[in-house]
Amino acid sequence: MPTPMRGARVERTASDDLVREWTLAADVQAIGPVVQMVQRMCEAAGFSARQCALQVPVALTEALANAIQCGASDASVQLRVEIAADTLHIAVHDSGTGFDLDRCTEGPGSANWLDREDGRGVFLMRALMDHVESVVVPQQDGHTLRLQLRRS
Amino acid sequence: MSHTLSQTDDRLLVELEGQLDIGNRQALKDAVLQAVGQGVRLVIVDCARATFIDSSGLGALVSLSKRLREVGGDLRLCALNADLWSLFELTRLDAIFPQFASRDDAMAGA
Repeated sequence: MPTPMRGARVERTASDDLVREWTLAADVQAIGPVVQMVQRMCEAAGFSARQCALQVPVALTEALANAIQCGASDASVQLRVEIAADTLHIAVHDSGTGFDLDRCTEGPGSANWLDREDGRGVFLMRALMDHVESVVVPQQDGHTLRLQLRRS
Repeated sequence: MSHTLSQTDDRLLVELEGQLDIGNRQALKDAVLQAVGQGVRLVIVDCARATFIDSSGLGALVSLSKRLREVGGDLRLCALNADLWSLFELTRLDAIFPQFASRDDAMAGA
């Protein structure tokens, strides 16, 4: 049986517990334990029950899954979570080339939406977070997906 | 997340516990498809103890529902809390998954 922390480790913990960073193996089994820790951060910071139970875990799972599946297969994924003032900031960095969020416009009105098995991840992130952006910095390796959610 | 299966004749009850996500959707699909291959035609997924479902989990349910309909069967969800149900409304998947309050209601299709 894998340990609960398989593939994930705490890189740094700020003294106020409002900034945490992890490096995850490129393995989807590493997602669950980290998502649970971020949920607990949000609970401690006073985010609503819906945000903690649904919005944060679903959106973060989507972001990490995307990074693991789209990044280089032999590379790790970096996660940084910060709660500053009343806003949750999530940054997921992978070694891939990223994607153009502006071209990810699929939604319930798209063809075969009710029949398809995949392709709802970006839609869900946008629906559950206040802000989603994809960042590629020239001269730097990889791609970062940033999510923000204001506490309610 | 884990799931528990209980089969009676051509009916299969699936009790979800915890999250249904990219890490465990394939296990659920394999188990249900195996049961369908053995003659199951009505699958009830009890979500009373489910926490959240990501896009992979939703996709697995869509895929299984489609397979059941292809063989003249059905997949029905029951006992979703309001937050979980809101995911189906957001994604408009409530169009193919009617909400049933209880296992008995789902069995009856009422």
